[in-house]
Amino acid sequence: MKQITIILEGFGSTLLLLVRSLSYLPSLPRQRARFIEQCYMIGYTTLPIVAILSFFIGSVLALQAGYAMQNFGAKQFIGSLVGLSMARELGPVMVAILLAGRVGSAITAELASMKVYQEIDALVTMNIPPARMLVMPRLAAVLVMVPVLAIIADLVGWFGGAIVAKYVSFISIEPEGYFSVLRRYMKFGEDVAGGLIKAEIFGFGVVLVCCNIGLNTRGGPREIGAAVTRAVVVSLILILVLDYFVTKALM
Amino acid sequence: MASSTGHTRNPFTEVETPAVGVKLEGLTKSFGDHVVLDNITLSVEPGEIFVLMGPSGSGKSVLLKHIVGLEAPTSGRVLVDGHDATSGETREKVRMAMVFQAGALFNSLTVYDNLALYPREHRVADEAGIKDKVMRALQILSLEDAAKKFPSELSGGMKKRVAIARALVMEPQLMMYDEPTSELDPVMSATISEIIASLKDEYHVTTLVVSHDRELALNIAERVGILMDGKLIFLGKPDELRQPKDEQVAAFLYPKIDLKHPRYKKLET
Repeated sequence: MKQITIILEGFGSTLLLLVRSLSYLPSLPRQRARFIEQCYMIGYTTLPIVAILSFFIGSVLALQAGYAMQNFGAKQFIGSLVGLSMARELGPVMVAILLAGRVGSAITAELASMKVYQEIDALVTMNIPPARMLVMPRLAAVLVMVPVLAIIADLVGWFGGAIVAKYVSFISIEPEGYFSVLRRYMKFGEDVAGGLIKAEIFGFGVVLVCCNIGLNTRGGPREIGAAVTRAVVVSLILILVLDYFVTKALM
Repeated sequence: MASSTGHTRNPFTEVETPAVGVKLEGLTKSFGDHVVLDNITLSVEPGEIFVLMGPSGSGKSVLLKHIVGLEAPTSGRVLVDGHDATSGETREKVRMAMVFQAGALFNSLTVYDNLALYPREHRVADEAGIKDKVMRALQILSLEDAAKKFPSELSGGMKKRVAIARALVMEPQLMMYDEPTSELDPVMSATISEIIASLKDEYHVTTLVVSHDRELALNIAERVGILMDGKLIFLGKPDELRQPKDEQVAAFLYPKIDLKHPRYKKLET
């Protein structure tokens, strides 16, 4: 019963935080320095790891597909398989998972530490709503940066697949053939855009949940660590649960 | 410069704003079964310096949090200048500043930016005006050299002074201090007490100090309250505390160190 109450409280406080933060959206121009800083944190600093991981995810996808498909002579379709998988599923999910691990954990740690050391209380007494100063710029930044990260993940993943397809001896497909199949079987408006919508929803959800858990931390330094763990676990569950429902809705 | 009109003379604009009073009416606060504040009725007059004393864990800080609106009463009311403290609008109508026990300075900002945050967020002035206000507050508390430092580079006493300077920049009508002299050496404690008293004298700001520092209470308070186990057991002038009649008050303010019969052993039995 207590667990159910905690989960419902979590839902309620997250929704409240969302409404409050959105109500401060008109003040975004005044918060532009914080918005740009968050764009840098969410976008620029996450970019290298997104690029490295997408490259190897695309590569291993091509490798596994090539190994399986060579038995029934379908390896020329590797391009479409890698293309669709990256754009529709792996790109958005991987970007969101990296965001939860790298950015979400940092957000929770920062806000939880501000809460524990009474910096949040100080903001409230100064009549500066934490949702306006700390949450809204992060939500706006994630909305701008996640599609960029997802597009880069798609492109690098496709490129990784193309390299494996060309240089692994039992596949040996030239990039021209790989990309021509990829283009033929992909609807960019539907597959790529659908993936970007998914990434946007996951990224927004991750940042919102991590902010809420950080702001609701109580206790001492030990609770900061516990809050970070909780934020990452809740984010991962959220991503995978939302993944099913958003994918279904976009079909 | 003390005002005879009961108004806060703003240190930065020289504009007079009314000092505000605080009223607690039957304030009770419980966390689960634990009653932290038990039916507290108290009023702090505009422009007064009131010191609330009590042992650690007696509910002093929780009481301050009610005034500033960070906690809501289980029953009873807290009124600041007649407005309900739990309402967010009260913080818009009344400028309240609180100096937290650990300073609660923003660790990611320099001392200057800590002070400039409030006027920037509330667009009190342009950047040049904000700089004037911040530098004036730093000057009042002899902190000019610390402007570019981060809170982690400051000593305990400096952190407290920066926290007071940050509160001062808000041009408050009600100034609250939570344990301003804790963890400080005796000289720094006396310095902080002097700062609190002179800020109150100069700007006539209503001042509420929560502390268990006897010297601070006896020297700067106009009235003192003593909170014990969530109940207000004393309310009066500081002079009445020099030779208290109440045993509990005397035991709290003038504890005897008895090496033959230490207290912790009595507590064990």
